[in-house]
Amino acid sequence: MKTITEQKPFEEIGESLGEAKRVYLIGCGTCATMCATGGKSEVLKMKDRLDEIGKRVTGWMVIPTACDDLTREAVTENAEAIGQAEALLVMTCAFGVQTVARYTDKPVYPALNTLFIGKEDAPAHFSEVCIQCGNCVLGRTAGICPLTACPKGLLNGPCGGYKHGMCEVDPNRECAWVEIYNRLKRMDQLEKLSVLQPLKDHSKMAHPRHMSTGR
Amino acid sequence: MSNLSEALKSGKFVVTAEIGPPKGVDIEEMLGDAELFRGRVDAINVTDQQSSVMRLGSLATCHLLKERGLEPVFQMTCRDRNRIALESDLLCAHVLGIENVLCLTGDYVSLGDHPEAKPVFDLDSVSLLETATLLQQGADLAGKELKGRPNFFLGAVVTPGADPLEPQIIKMEKKVRAGAQFFQTQAVYEPEEFERFVKEIKHLGVPVLVGIVLLKSAGMARFMNKNVAGVHVPDSFIEEIDRAENKREKSIEIAARLIKEMKDLCQGVHIMAIGWEKMVPRVLDAAGL
Repeated sequence: MKTITEQKPFEEIGESLGEAKRVYLIGCGTCATMCATGGKSEVLKMKDRLDEIGKRVTGWMVIPTACDDLTREAVTENAEAIGQAEALLVMTCAFGVQTVARYTDKPVYPALNTLFIGKEDAPAHFSEVCIQCGNCVLGRTAGICPLTACPKGLLNGPCGGYKHGMCEVDPNRECAWVEIYNRLKRMDQLEKLSVLQPLKDHSKMAHPRHMSTGR
Repeated sequence: MSNLSEALKSGKFVVTAEIGPPKGVDIEEMLGDAELFRGRVDAINVTDQQSSVMRLGSLATCHLLKERGLEPVFQMTCRDRNRIALESDLLCAHVLGIENVLCLTGDYVSLGDHPEAKPVFDLDSVSLLETATLLQQGADLAGKELKGRPNFFLGAVVTPGADPLEPQIIKMEKKVRAGAQFFQTQAVYEPEEFERFVKEIKHLGVPVLVGIVLLKSAGMARFMNKNVAGVHVPDSFIEEIDRAENKREKSIEIAARLIKEMKDLCQGVHIMAIGWEKMVPRVLDAAGL
């Protein structure tokens, strides 16, 4: 699973930087590189675009995994170039931005929007796999997650909105519940579809979430 | 006991029709439409932010109908309210004397005019029915005892033309187990297909009101065929309405013909005029109802 990101509109990035003239750029070598939103080439492209609008990039780096604690060392090693900057523009997921922010007193701005936790289905095509609901139902749904794959997150079977097995909300996608139905039928477990499901426990999704293993 | 429930129990062929509250607060036309239904239908469904388009609410509108001595069916979707609000609105309905409640999941927000709104779907049609049943037993979803028990006549919806049909029927069975006492269907234009559906659900022993949507034009029919789940308007109807000089007369004739053809297969009809409410009495005349 990777954190899937997209670049914010450049105008929004420019506006967020505001009066800051000198900017330090940070990318990430893991998820943002795979999404082509914060790898080396995107960081260099961003440098050029900032130059065009009169900003000066005091330096840049692509941290191997920006969300990792080693980010502290990366920030310390580049303290000089960072020190010259008035702002840090971070081309990583929100986790990376928060990690960088923890280790600097400079204003930190995100260049990306963090979209979802997902997988790469095909080159440059990503899809969501899990909404981290805290109460996994996959054993009841033939290994297909209706909370993620059904726009309404239904637990009791399909709504009336599927047409020839396709989802009304996104007609290019198969209805998650029709998929679940087909797979349960193949496994001769269709009786699972008849069970009245318990209500979702949203307290498991209440933010911010914490967990201690007691180790 | 609700008049709708009495009517269904009496064994007569029941008629319901739908009104859609306005976007705004000018309720004159809507109430005028409801007046046209007086004495002609057994109950009037009031839609709940139909197609995810923000409008005047269903509960207040049902109350207005009730005040005027008309029998409302309070449509409730799970799109805009969490379980606390849904439970509370069910209690509100009871104290306002509204008994008939149609429990729906609701269209997704992106289909309407507030696509950036937060979709709720804390409950779904099945769990909403279970919730209403629980309230009638004197408890809420938190397991707390209620001061006074509400009573409802609970309805649900089904799409006879769903493809595939089996998961739709499995869900219908769940709705019955959750407390649904009557069903209103999505629009049906193919009586043979409806007959097959009726055979499939015979074991449920629950009254079904077949859905009729007035066909306004060939364009509307093609639009529904392309975009509306579970609805298929046969080419013969499309040609008929396309050739007709007077679309309104043809629309009335087609609706009446469909009602007559399906009358013996079910317990009633639910007419969704979608803007042509003024024609509903004429459809009923033509269908002999």
